[in-house]
Amino acid sequence: MTAAARIETVRQPVLEMRHISRTFGPIRALQDVSLTVHAGELHALMGENGAGKSTLMKVLSGAYRPDAGGEILIDGTPVATGDPIKARANGIAVIYQELSLAPNLTVGQNIFLGNEPRRFGIVDRDQCNRRAKEIIARLGVSFSARALVSSLSLGERQMVEIARALSTSARIIVMDEPTTSLTSRETDRLFEVIATLKSQGIAIIYISHRMEEVYQLADRVSVLRDSGYVGTLDRADLNASRLVSMMVGRDLSAFYKKDHRPPDSKRAIALSVRDMSDGNLLKGCFFDLHKGEVLALAGLVGSGRTELARLIFGADRRTSGTLELDGNPIAIGSPREALDAGIAYLTEDRKELGLFLDMSISDNISMGVLARDAQAGGLRDFATAERRAAKAVSDLSIRSRSVQANAGSLSGGNQQKVLLARLLETEPRVLILDEPTRGVDVGAKSEIYRLIDDLAKKGIAILMISSELPEVIGVADRVLVMRDGTIAGEVTASEGQPLSQEAIMELATGAAKG
Amino acid sequence: MTDKSGTGMTDKSGLGMTDKAAEMSAGDQAVGSSRRLRTAFAALGMLPVLILLAAGFQIMNPRFLTETNLLIVTQQSSINIVLAAGMTFVILTGGIDLSVGSILAASAMVAVMVSLVPEWGMLGVPAAILVGLGFGVINGLLVAYIKLPPFIVTLGSLTAVRGVARLLGQDTTVFNSDLPFDFIANGSLFGIPWLVIIALSVVVLSWLVLKRTVLGTWIYAVGGNAEAARLTGIKVPLVLLFVYGVSGLLAGLGGAMSAARLYAANGLQLGQSYELDAIAAVILGGTSFVGGVGSIWGTLIGGLIIAVLSNGLILAGVSDIWQYIIKGLVIIVAVALDRYRLQAGART
Repeated sequence: MTAAARIETVRQPVLEMRHISRTFGPIRALQDVSLTVHAGELHALMGENGAGKSTLMKVLSGAYRPDAGGEILIDGTPVATGDPIKARANGIAVIYQELSLAPNLTVGQNIFLGNEPRRFGIVDRDQCNRRAKEIIARLGVSFSARALVSSLSLGERQMVEIARALSTSARIIVMDEPTTSLTSRETDRLFEVIATLKSQGIAIIYISHRMEEVYQLADRVSVLRDSGYVGTLDRADLNASRLVSMMVGRDLSAFYKKDHRPPDSKRAIALSVRDMSDGNLLKGCFFDLHKGEVLALAGLVGSGRTELARLIFGADRRTSGTLELDGNPIAIGSPREALDAGIAYLTEDRKELGLFLDMSISDNISMGVLARDAQAGGLRDFATAERRAAKAVSDLSIRSRSVQANAGSLSGGNQQKVLLARLLETEPRVLILDEPTRGVDVGAKSEIYRLIDDLAKKGIAILMISSELPEVIGVADRVLVMRDGTIAGEVTASEGQPLSQEAIMELATGAAKG
Repeated sequence: MTDKSGTGMTDKSGLGMTDKAAEMSAGDQAVGSSRRLRTAFAALGMLPVLILLAAGFQIMNPRFLTETNLLIVTQQSSINIVLAAGMTFVILTGGIDLSVGSILAASAMVAVMVSLVPEWGMLGVPAAILVGLGFGVINGLLVAYIKLPPFIVTLGSLTAVRGVARLLGQDTTVFNSDLPFDFIANGSLFGIPWLVIIALSVVVLSWLVLKRTVLGTWIYAVGGNAEAARLTGIKVPLVLLFVYGVSGLLAGLGGAMSAARLYAANGLQLGQSYELDAIAAVILGGTSFVGGVGSIWGTLIGGLIIAVLSNGLILAGVSDIWQYIIKGLVIIVAVALDRYRLQAGART
């Protein structure tokens, strides 16, 4: 204790944010938040969506100016706020969730984008590539500085982002949910790079919703809630229930909910999938989905889970495969036909493929049933839309100012609920959920789990794609594991024996023959 | 959970928020209020500009705000507003229709030629509209089903239909001094010129379709996020076919209106660069060029701004050359505003 305290006083923090508040008109997005970060430290920042993490980081990066009274100190010296260029010059770099690379340019060009090494006023391509190579080597990754970014995987692109941060001599790197779209191998790679960066004295502020990551990486964890600072835990004091209760301010004893009975073999088959192939990745997938069952589709990223779901939903063209719904063969050639048949699909990418961000919550919720609700002459039935929206808002506890607000104004969890509400309005018999809790905060997660449980209880057959094993184990009755475009095997719970995380991983990685 | 900022807001604004809304995170509210400002900005849009322009021209020349002159302005703007209404549909889906000027010329040719048929002269109007619809549907089929980029499809038809318009009259001007439907351009109902009534009806009908029908909501959805629309079960190709069809149909109507004004049509000259004025009106009206956001009322105001500019500059004695320069600059400023709006909305 005294030793630790001595280190605190000896070591000058590389970054101090003091009494940061930020208001937008009458709204407080941040209230008196202070944060201290040391060189070589990984400081995790946790909190539900909308807790103020992003706003705090935008203040740090200079995108927002803090309200009067707040200050930012680098190496103990106050620095200018609200100026992104100065923030960068001060060694602050932010790697956002949505990567901001130009895919048609090379790695080297991207690293030095806007900051190109020049000779006689002309971009010095050789120097650009040489310095890029040095930085890449420093990260210990293995792609060429001349490679096109479009040829890189998502994980590699993230490395390019980090390299770009290093090229500006960043000493404080903010990573906003960096592992969201990475495979587990890429995640491991990223963690190695993070360790390297730390050993080079770079401070990392790491925003994440994933507990395991925070356990693995964090030296300290700070939690924000409702725009305010809740507290900071040292690595030694980390404890799941304490973190969760700090984040949500309430107890989450029943985080996963599995009240519905696991299906017995006599339970009717809702959807039977036979020999699904797409002529590319998917090679003959077979499975049955029972009524009232939650069947998880696990597997590594790239194993074909989303592709299979989209094929069933008619979003992509298939080269072979038949479907039976409740024992009757059905032909599905488009999402419209799938929805008419009673199959609904929740996309994994709600912003790009799901929501209409500039349209109202109410329109978003009713979008799939507008034609069904229409009055004579194709006129909108606004009263029904309003009623549907109001019911969905209360059933799914969507938090919004009004159902007329734009969907884009909602936080991630609430956006996801709006999307779920839209699917439920179509009264599906089969519900395919692709990463239903991706980018969703803890509170909304538990609400979505409860919803899945309730739907299964009502007899809806649910196919859930998930990359989070604890979620798969906690929510599903049965697990199908995909590998290389086929169903590699099935994991079931037997008497007294819950679903095994190890069995799933073995099937997914090919360590066991399914 | 008590949220000071949330409840504080309820008290002050008196929006009648529920407890649930008060629970909403502050981040949501911040984004919400900035969006509200933005929507207000977008809804009000260019109306202040129109009023300022009118006031300015009135100061320069007191003849501007007279009943006669205002009738002239609205009449002059009517054809452009009809084209711009169709263009609004197309741009709302994130597309563009460059062919409306050429379609207008071809339709006007057909209108005058049919009007020369004894006894059946009145059919010139429906003939023009049908021809316009036909070309619009061809654009729509190419965009929706062959999935070619709208810019390229309509750039092609801009040229090809212009050729058709010239072919129709063997590259001459066709006249009909005894045009059976000339009341469209010269007559009025209760003192309001038919041209103005037609333009306003088109605007009101467009509003009805866009804001009150299922199809209208689909149009916004397709423009906002075409892939999400498809996954929601919306038949995106049908929606696209519809908007290009409407744009063509209204260009055809514009052709009939032109023919009625001129008692003549010329396949080479008529409607040259009308598409640019129509696009300018839509953009001035605040409709986003990437689709999904915008309103027909904005287009009406945009069309009026263009007409007021032309008319006011003439009354102010500004030379033809400077009129071009000033109108062009106004369009650029409008697009700059569009950008600004989009950037303001880019943060999440």
